[in-house]
Formats: sequence, C-alpha cells, structure tokens
Amino acid sequence: MSKMAIRTMNLTKKFGDFTAVDNVTFDVEEGEIFGFLGPNGAGKSTTIRVLCTLSKPTSGSVEVAGFDVVKEDSEVRKHIGLVSEKLIMYNELTARENLKLFGKLYDLPDDVLKKRVEELLSFVHMEKWADARIGTFSTGMKQRINVIRAMVNQPEILFLDEPTLGLDPQSTVEIREMIRKINTDLGTTMILTTHMMVDADMLCKRIGVIDKGKIVALDTPQNLKKMVSGTDSTTFEFEVPNLTQAMISSVQSLKCVGSVSQEDQTRIKIRATGDDSFDSLIDALRSKNAKITSAKSLEPTLEDVFLHITGRSVVDQVSDTVKPSLQDGPHRRPTGRVR
Amino acid sequence: MGARQVLRHSSWICWKDLLEFSRSKIRLVMLVVMPLFMMVMVGFIFPTGNSISNQPVAIANLDTGASEMVNNTPIPLHLGNTFVSELSAINNKTGMMLMSTSTGFDDIKSRIQDGSITGGIILPSDFTSSLLHGYQGNVTIVTDQSNPQISAMMQEVLTQTIQAMGTEQAEYGLNSTFHVSLNMTVAMIQPFNVQARGIIPGNPNYFEFVAPGITAMVVMMSLMTGLPHAISYERDVGTLDGMLVAPTSRLSIILGKVMAQTVRGVVQAVIIFALAVGLFGVVIYGNIGLVAALILLTVFSFVGLGILITSFADREETATMVMMTLMFPMMFLSGVFFPIQQMPWYMQDVAYILPLTYSTSALRKVIVLGAGISAVWTDVLVLLVVGIALLAIAVPLFKKAMSR
Repeated sequence: MSKMAIRTMNLTKKFGDFTAVDNVTFDVEEGEIFGFLGPNGAGKSTTIRVLCTLSKPTSGSVEVAGFDVVKEDSEVRKHIGLVSEKLIMYNELTARENLKLFGKLYDLPDDVLKKRVEELLSFVHMEKWADARIGTFSTGMKQRINVIRAMVNQPEILFLDEPTLGLDPQSTVEIREMIRKINTDLGTTMILTTHMMVDADMLCKRIGVIDKGKIVALDTPQNLKKMVSGTDSTTFEFEVPNLTQAMISSVQSLKCVGSVSQEDQTRIKIRATGDDSFDSLIDALRSKNAKITSAKSLEPTLEDVFLHITGRSVVDQVSDTVKPSLQDGPHRRPTGRVR
Repeated sequence: MGARQVLRHSSWICWKDLLEFSRSKIRLVMLVVMPLFMMVMVGFIFPTGNSISNQPVAIANLDTGASEMVNNTPIPLHLGNTFVSELSAINNKTGMMLMSTSTGFDDIKSRIQDGSITGGIILPSDFTSSLLHGYQGNVTIVTDQSNPQISAMMQEVLTQTIQAMGTEQAEYGLNSTFHVSLNMTVAMIQPFNVQARGIIPGNPNYFEFVAPGITAMVVMMSLMTGLPHAISYERDVGTLDGMLVAPTSRLSIILGKVMAQTVRGVVQAVIIFALAVGLFGVVIYGNIGLVAALILLTVFSFVGLGILITSFADREETATMVMMTLMFPMMFLSGVFFPIQQMPWYMQDVAYILPLTYSTSALRKVIVLGAGISAVWTDVLVLLVVGIALLAIAVPLFKKAMSR
C-alpha cells in the first residue's frame, strides 16, 4: 500500500448544535487527486478548513503529511498549500508582490524565492503580467496567480476549494488543465472540493460523495458510475422530428428496454440492456417511419450518482449565483432524467 | 517559533499593508485632510477673545440731562451724551461693537429677538441728575441669553470698559476737587492691580489647547478603527486564510497590522503638528523626543483595545459598531475638546477611567506648558499599566478567535 498523505479518523466538526462534518473517516494517498463532491453546505469546505489547520476539529483525529493538525499545526502548514473559494490575493499589489509576500511568510531565502517566482509565473504563462496589479486582471488570470501563490512553498499537498467556481468555460478548462499538470509534473497530492460534476469526473482518481456532513460514497469515478448503471445497461438519446406515440409504444414493447422517457416534442431517452440493443431500438423506430436525425449513447454522470445515493439533485441545492455546469465534453447531461 | 521569525513575518505583513495603503490615492489624501478638518473645525468654532468684534450693540440713551448750579446760574448738563461719546471713542480703538441707537428696553428686546443685535446698553433718564446729586449713574447692559458664551463675554468686556471710564472720571474729580496729583489718583481709587501671567510666554490660543488632544485622538482612532477594520476586512474577503495557513504565528499577523497602523497614526500625528505649527501658530514648548515617546505610548495603550474589538467582532460591520460605541465617549470625555475640570464631578470620574484622558493630559502638559518627564510620570504609568492589562486580555482572546 502506498503512503498516505492524509489520514482522517472519525472527524467531527460542530458549530454550536449544528454538525457540519459528521464522523468522517477517509485516507488520501500520496500523489492522487482526491475529490469531494457535494452540494453547497454539505461540509466540504469545513472539512478542508480542518485539514488546513484553519479550524479545529470537535473530535476525531486528522494527520496531514504525517503531522497532527491540532498538535503539530505549524508543521502541517509547512507542507500544504490552499486555494480557497475566495481569492487569497491583494488587489493593490502586483502578481510578483503577492507571490513575494507569501514566499516570505514561508521563510524562503531571497534567491530561492526569486527563482521560484519566475518559474511559477512561466508555468502559467503570466511573465508578462508579473508587475501588473491583481486588481486589473480578469477572473481567469487571477485564479491562475491564486493557484501558483498556493504553490510558492512547493507544498506536498494542495487543497483546492471550488477552484473553478465563477470562472467562464474557457478559464475553467485552463484551470483544470493546470491542476492536472501540477499533479503529473510535480506529483503533488491534491484535495479538491467541487459541486461541478465535470471537474470531479475529469480530474479525480477517487471521489468522496459528501452529503449533510457524511461521506455517503467513496470510490473511483468509474465505480461510482457503475453503481447507477448496473452492469451493462446504457442510456440512449434519439432525436426524431416526427415523433409519435406509436413509435414510443413500439420501443417500449422491446424486451431489452428498461425505461423510456420523452424529453420534449422530438427527443426520447431510452434505457436498454444488451449488446445489440442499439440496433433493435433503431429497427423499432424505423418500423414506424421515424426520421432519426441524431442518436447517441449517454453514460451515467456523477450527478446521476449523487441522485442515486442521496435521492436528491446536486444542482437543486446550489445557490442561484452558481450556474449548473453545462460544459462541452462527453459527459454533458441534458435536462430531464430517465426514470 | 522564535521572536526573530515573528518580527520578520510581521514586518513583511506591515510592508504589505503600507504598500496597499500607499497605492490608494483616496486614503493618502484623507490621511492629510482628516486632521486638517479636525483642526480647522474645532479650532474655529470655539469662541475666543478675538471673536468679540463688530458685535451689533444698540444704545438707548434716555438721559434727559439736568442743570448744574454754578454761581447760582443753572448750566445745562447732559452726561449721558458725554458717556456715549466716550464709549464710542474707546470702541473706535477696539472695534468691538457696531453701535446703533435705540429708543429703550422694548426696542432692544425686540431687536435681540430678531437677531439684529447681540446686546444693548441703557442709560436711564435720571442719569445726569443722579450723578449731580451724589448718586451713582446706572448703566444697564442687556444681554442675549440665547447665546450664553457671547453674552457673558460682552457683559465682562462692557463692564470693564465702563468701569475704566468711571475710574478716569474719578481721577479727574480727585484731581480737580482735592488737588491730588494725577500720578497718585489711580492708587487711591484702585489700590490693587491685578495682572495675569502664564508660565510660558505669550497668550495660548485654542489651537494650543486642542492640538495635543487631537493628536492623541487620531492615534487612538487609527488603532481602534484601523486595526479591527484591517483584520475583519481581510477575514471577510478571505485573504486572512492565506496568512493563517502559512507557518506564521498569529502574533506576527497582529503585530504586522499593529506596526502598519502605528506608522499611519504617527504620520498623522506629525501632520497634525505640522499643521498646528505652520498654519495655526502653535508653539511646542516641550521636548520633541518626549512628545514622540508619549505618542508611541498612546499607541501602546490602545493596541490591546483594538485587538480586543477584533477578537469579538466576527465581521467588519460588527467591528465598526463596537468601535464607534467605545470611541465616542472617549472623544468627548477625555478632555480633547473641553477641559475635564469644567465637567460635573461624576463625569470627571468617568473621564479618569478612560486612558485617552491621561494621554491627552500628558501631551498637553508637555506641548503647551513645556513640562518634563517628572510632571507626566503618573500619566505614563497609567498608560503603561492599561496597555499591558489590555494586551494580556486581548492576545489570548485573539489567538482563540483566529482558530474557530
């Protein structure tokens, strides 16, 4: 078994009567990207704050980089970096000054700091903007500096709390690539919280689904998705401009079909089992003179996983300011749901 | 964690705070404008001896005159007119009054009511005859009670002027009736000569009174408002987490902030002195080094209070509210604007609880009266004790508040 970057045993954090994190136990391996997935208020950020020594656990024990977060908090701090939900940067200071300040708080000698600042800036292709004030940057640029700021002490473990929150699609992709690159190039262990399914799915080796302060599932994205889909059932989506009730009935009568749902005037979603189910579906539709303009198979998404486990949708609980992620890519999840 | 590391980290945090501050033009402008406003405002609104000038005053000369029998021949006399012309001759020199004539008390009353005059003088109809028959001539001064400061001053100045006129007349009488040499008449009429003398040369003005107080107050404000604001603001925007997650002592964070606010407070104090000396003619009689030491001591005594507010207030809004509630009584009760000795005894007791009282008093003694360390050591002791006590309470609370 590989070495553990984080060991958490029965962690509980209470604020008065409210239990934000409820008896959580998990380990994070060195070098992996571990994701916390859950709606706002599920306890993701509180867990991160305890792991980062910003908040003291009510009970339970947490070891980060081999040190206890309560007894050896200053040792823990030397080995971690934090990219918080809120940007940790001073708008009136330049990118370089921000990096310098935090480097100094980690007691980096001048020559080491200078070299590292240049390396980090070139890592995110921001050399040109090094001496511009953060306040003048776009959100995406700010987040790039914010991430390298957390890397100034070359942490073994990097905590990323909602790193793509509020970013436009292009910056989201950029930051995602950056996180992956840091992980592969430097072997940094990463703990990522998100309510964006795409982030978790694309980046994380393992995902802990957290709801109401409890980890309700913990596995690889692939295994989590299998929980929903069963062994070999697949969901297909067809677009049929001349869709009729007769076509739907014809499909429903097929043996391989588990469920059918009509998404709108022209689209239906069909869940079917078996290797030749796709052909059978097309035949059944054609037999009723259907003009099929598009047909595709949909993999279950992590949102399905969350729904499956908790019985509730993630997006439903997300605050209005945060748009549910409707990113491009293979895991795009249309509205409506197979039941 | 070593003391040197704490100092190193805190000076970087201070560097960051000052850099942020220096890049905000508005804040830099306010740094100068705020003390300037304070000085001008409190320096000019309070009445001084100089403010009694060109006061509109009405004179009702109701004197009907009388006849004096000289060698059995009646010679008409009108001493009221003589009085008025002498008064206006004096007034021409002092420029104190804008004199107008009036018909009597009712006229003066209505004109005071409508605000066109601030006072009146009435000479009764028997003015001349009383004087001729060996009685005193009555002069009534009518004052505007809605303006107690001005009316008290008017009354005093007019009384003095009129008494001086009386003295002059008496001297003349003594000389002509009893042939007393004019050199000696004053000593006979007024055997006692009262002179006021300060312990420093010149007449202190109100700016000299307020400048030390405002200095102490501004230093207090920069710590009491600046410190909680600086920390709770960083907590609200999330940057505080960046410092807390670094291997930096909580003490370095607070110390760095205190250093930055101290620099700000001291710079403002210097600006106040520059304005006071350059624009308002204030003279610093005491030792500049002692003044600087007292200012730093004021900083020290308020640091704990600033940290205390920071620890209690979880948000910027709360911090501002708590701080305002504490600051107002300090501003008005600590003798910054009004001398404590003018307050009723129970308010004086309250004033002596407030540390600002001691720092204002010490600064005033040194700046205005040129006192040395021996005259202010009790104030210094109180400030030191208060500072240490507040810090002893505040620092553990702050550390606790930082790891919720």
